[in-house]
Amino acid sequence: MSEGQSRDEARRAWEEAYGAAPLREGPFETMSGVPVDPVYGDPPFPGAYPYTRGVYPSMYRSRLWTMRMFAGFGTADDTNRRFKELLRAGGTGLSTAFDMPTLMGRDSDDRLSRGEVGRAGVAVDTLVDIEDLFEGIDQGAVSTSMTINGPAAIVFAMYIAAAEKRGVPRADLAGTIQNDILKEYQAQKEYIFPPRPSVRLITDMMAFTTAEMPRWHPVSISGYHIREAGSTAAQELAFTLANGFAYVEAAIAAGLDVDAFARRLSFFFNCHIDFFEEIGKLRAARRIWARWMRERYGAKDERSLLCRFHTQTAGVSLTATQPEINIARVAVQALAAALAGTQSLHTDSYDEALALPTDKAVRIALRTQQIVAHETGAANVADPLGGSAYVEWMTDEMERQAEEVFEHLLELGDGSILEGTYEGIDNGYFVGEIADSAYRFEREVNAGRRIIVGVNAFTDGNEDKVDDTLRIDPAVEEYQLRRLANVRSERDAAAVEDALDALSVAATDPVRNLMPPLIEAVRAHATEGEIVSALEAVFGTYVERVVV
Amino acid sequence: MTDGSATRVVLAKLGLDGHDRGLKVVARILRDAGMEVVYLGLRQSPEGVASVVEQEDADVVGISMHNASHMTLAPLMVTALRDLGLATPVVVGGIIPHHDVVTLREAGVAAVLGPGASAVEVVETVRGAAADGGS
Repeated sequence: MSEGQSRDEARRAWEEAYGAAPLREGPFETMSGVPVDPVYGDPPFPGAYPYTRGVYPSMYRSRLWTMRMFAGFGTADDTNRRFKELLRAGGTGLSTAFDMPTLMGRDSDDRLSRGEVGRAGVAVDTLVDIEDLFEGIDQGAVSTSMTINGPAAIVFAMYIAAAEKRGVPRADLAGTIQNDILKEYQAQKEYIFPPRPSVRLITDMMAFTTAEMPRWHPVSISGYHIREAGSTAAQELAFTLANGFAYVEAAIAAGLDVDAFARRLSFFFNCHIDFFEEIGKLRAARRIWARWMRERYGAKDERSLLCRFHTQTAGVSLTATQPEINIARVAVQALAAALAGTQSLHTDSYDEALALPTDKAVRIALRTQQIVAHETGAANVADPLGGSAYVEWMTDEMERQAEEVFEHLLELGDGSILEGTYEGIDNGYFVGEIADSAYRFEREVNAGRRIIVGVNAFTDGNEDKVDDTLRIDPAVEEYQLRRLANVRSERDAAAVEDALDALSVAATDPVRNLMPPLIEAVRAHATEGEIVSALEAVFGTYVERVVV
Repeated sequence: MTDGSATRVVLAKLGLDGHDRGLKVVARILRDAGMEVVYLGLRQSPEGVASVVEQEDADVVGISMHNASHMTLAPLMVTALRDLGLATPVVVGGIIPHHDVVTLREAGVAAVLGPGASAVEVVETVRGAAADGGS
């Protein structure tokens, strides 16, 4: 309920907004035929500040969450075929997973890339790979999600260059790039450069997309990896939102207007197995983000206040023993994500503790969220748990714990979350907190204080082995090495050198936006690894302070 | 270690994979069990790890793999040690499919610890490898 608004006024405002929203066909009734309202209880309602109950007034009555399954395939050609199948089946969104060398800014022929080329996603070394990846696909008509962080700006430059080569202007490109570097130092560890120049690359991309690419989301602020690395729910919430505040502060410091970019930030959370804690966490995320954006960062545009998020079920909750029971875990987590009002959802496959998932396991995972969406009735009513004394208490408690972390970071950073985050990365605060939580949990499981079904209790059936796991074809690596060797031999070496020199010069000048020279470098067919090396010469290489 | 001194274990992540939660937990478990742990952390090469094993005179090498690169990198780890004339046993942990275990054992890997291994299993496996292994 906005300030000064009475209960009736809040209700009328919500009714008006709901009335203006397009609705799905329904029926919005129980399976026994009882009609149900779009929302129950007291204000504030969904779609109204502080958005605890949801970012839209009609929530899933207008549109179900997007069922976005993220997957990787060996070569650009394989992935291209899969993209075309998805588009033929009516899909409009493509999700790209890259292999580890690409994610780490290494070429496929780098010594450290051995054994990892094309393993968990597509290998991208040069513009040619991105061109093949999107061959025959109208980049202006699809929305593309790219999960990459350290070298995000380089792959983004390739995506733009590939589109423009085919006559699609950059302004027509729609999509999201994860590009959340801060959580890499804290959890996922896919960093390349030190934090400050990395954040500069991100503010460059925010400025570039704000000016030239209105349909692009330049950062997806991700708590998923923080949680998988072992944090508690409240730590995931707090570190993720703090990283979001840090990017906002960096962009404002770079001269951007908060309302020009904030609406294009989005989030990515984990949904773990403690049902009510997860729901409280996700409700708290919306409330905290709205309040901080309005009160601390001066956002006026309502869209700047919305914490819209993607959710993925907790890979780390899956067990290798009796793997089929993971289907039940994923179902519970998917239901929690839906009840908490997620905008999109990836459900994990039951065999992921054993190997990369098989097609069948992926299909079961998708079917699981389709059951939640179409059979359970969970999509009929917005925030159906709102008003529950327990859920409201849990939401408050998550918020309270997160606020304690923000206070600590503000102290570390002398009033700046961005500086506090840099300091927390330097002094090992984040990795230390996460490792402590992970170890505490592990000890509790080992001591039998926490039951994990099929691990430390109910272990009959553990001896059954699953033999139907995905096997990887080693030929993918050799194929990609040949492709890269071809590009290296056919390109104009002098043009590559000139473009890399120009990039280095731009990198030394902190006020130059690096996107234009990056686009030039990829056009000359400089490899991802060469561009990373040129930037490392200016920015340096990040070396983790080891905290065990 | 046969003379009663603590078991020395070198722990490392090979290649580019950044999943270090499991290995960090293992480091603490082994330390709590009285072992000496040399934790090398992320992005190590087999050759680099082998040279640390030599310098530290370690009893066991533990590597942790989550990105389907174990079939390439675990045998390279064994080879790198043997190239230095070391018989140090290699224990592999992480996401290792059941059907790969035999191949890894044939490639000279001493033991494989799957996901869900308890603290007791971790300690016993490392102790067992140290007792059987080379030196």
